[in-house]
Amino acid sequence: MKTCLVVDDSSVVRKIARRILEGLEFEVTEAEDGSKALEVCRQKLPDAVLLDWNMPVMDGFEFMGHMRRLPGGDQPKVVFCTTENNVAHIAQALSGGANEYIMKPFDKDIIADKFAEVGLIPVGQAFA
Amino acid sequence: MTPPEYEYLRKFLRDHSGLDLSADKQYLIESRLLPLARKAGLSGIGDLVQKLQAGSSALITSVVEAMTTNETFFFRDKVPFDHFRETIMPEVLKARAARRSVRIWCAAGSTGQEPYSLAMSLKEMGAALTGWRVEIIATDLSQEVLEKSKAGIYSQFEVQRGLPIQLLVKYFKQTGETWQINPELRAMIQHRQLNLLHDFSQLGTFDVIFCRNVLIYFDQETKINIFNRLARQVEGDGFLVLGAAETVVGLTDTFRPIPERRGLYKPNDARSAGAKPAIAAAPPRTAAMAGLRA
Repeated sequence: MKTCLVVDDSSVVRKIARRILEGLEFEVTEAEDGSKALEVCRQKLPDAVLLDWNMPVMDGFEFMGHMRRLPGGDQPKVVFCTTENNVAHIAQALSGGANEYIMKPFDKDIIADKFAEVGLIPVGQAFA
Repeated sequence: MTPPEYEYLRKFLRDHSGLDLSADKQYLIESRLLPLARKAGLSGIGDLVQKLQAGSSALITSVVEAMTTNETFFFRDKVPFDHFRETIMPEVLKARAARRSVRIWCAAGSTGQEPYSLAMSLKEMGAALTGWRVEIIATDLSQEVLEKSKAGIYSQFEVQRGLPIQLLVKYFKQTGETWQINPELRAMIQHRQLNLLHDFSQLGTFDVIFCRNVLIYFDQETKINIFNRLARQVEGDGFLVLGAAETVVGLTDTFRPIPERRGLYKPNDARSAGAKPAIAAAPPRTAAMAGLRA
């Protein structure tokens, strides 16, 4: 079973994302800010990270930079999921090592599409 | 669909799903519910409304789902666009190297996601198409969806269905909450209103025809008729692309499936292969067809 780390300071968003990702057969762990997420990644890197941008303590972009420098840290697929919906932020995320980008609000179809896009789930599953 | 039937469906959808259709969304209802009605063995929207009024609960669910699912999105089903990049275009580039032109028809262009996905695929091929004349003709029954396609403006939700983020950044311009595809790509598409039941020989011949998820609306005889006429609009060495759930097998021998390439067909050539003039007059061949055109 693939693993996904959901990083968001809103427990409601984490809960919604967990339900969607478990439906896509991911084992889900949660973190409420970038610093806690980094602790999780130091223990064991997930296959995927669904990553909010604006969070207290450490934001998503800074977390991604730290994670990418861990041994094997280039492997996880990072999918941003944020209300920052402008080209400047998207371009910054991509050049910083993000694989995909979701602009909130999101739903199951968008997550499935984006996860299929980066090869985390088969294309067919996104359309099931 | 009669006005009372439309009003019933509007209220029904508002009550069951919160979906609030404006007074002019008949095309949307027809495009979503007609395939569903046929699948359920009903003759049309009228019968469907009667069943709903009788309270068929299975049907209620599928009607709500069909109406609330956003069905058209960029690079829909992925596979056809892989075929386009990996099979179709390499062959076209070779076969048309002398003429340096390619003509593509999206026979159910709808709100533009399919033609623009093709345009982006072509752009991504880069220098391989430098100096080529590329024509993409998008047709649809509905003038309303063609207007949307022409404008190329999509909601944040729409641009997140099927479209890789890199392509969004590269080919769209953000205006507030909406995203508009670049003028250069919009200029690659010509839009025409067209009913597939009517003569379409005036469009000329094409190297590639995308005709996906539209023939499901038609009965068998009509499908055969359309396939036979499509065969006359595709070059002898061209391609036909159908939807995932569609096939020519058992309907016509004017096209044959390409092995290992689901949804991809080549014309079966009783005719002479090779390039024909871009605009070719195609006289009607069957009586059944003439009847349908009336």
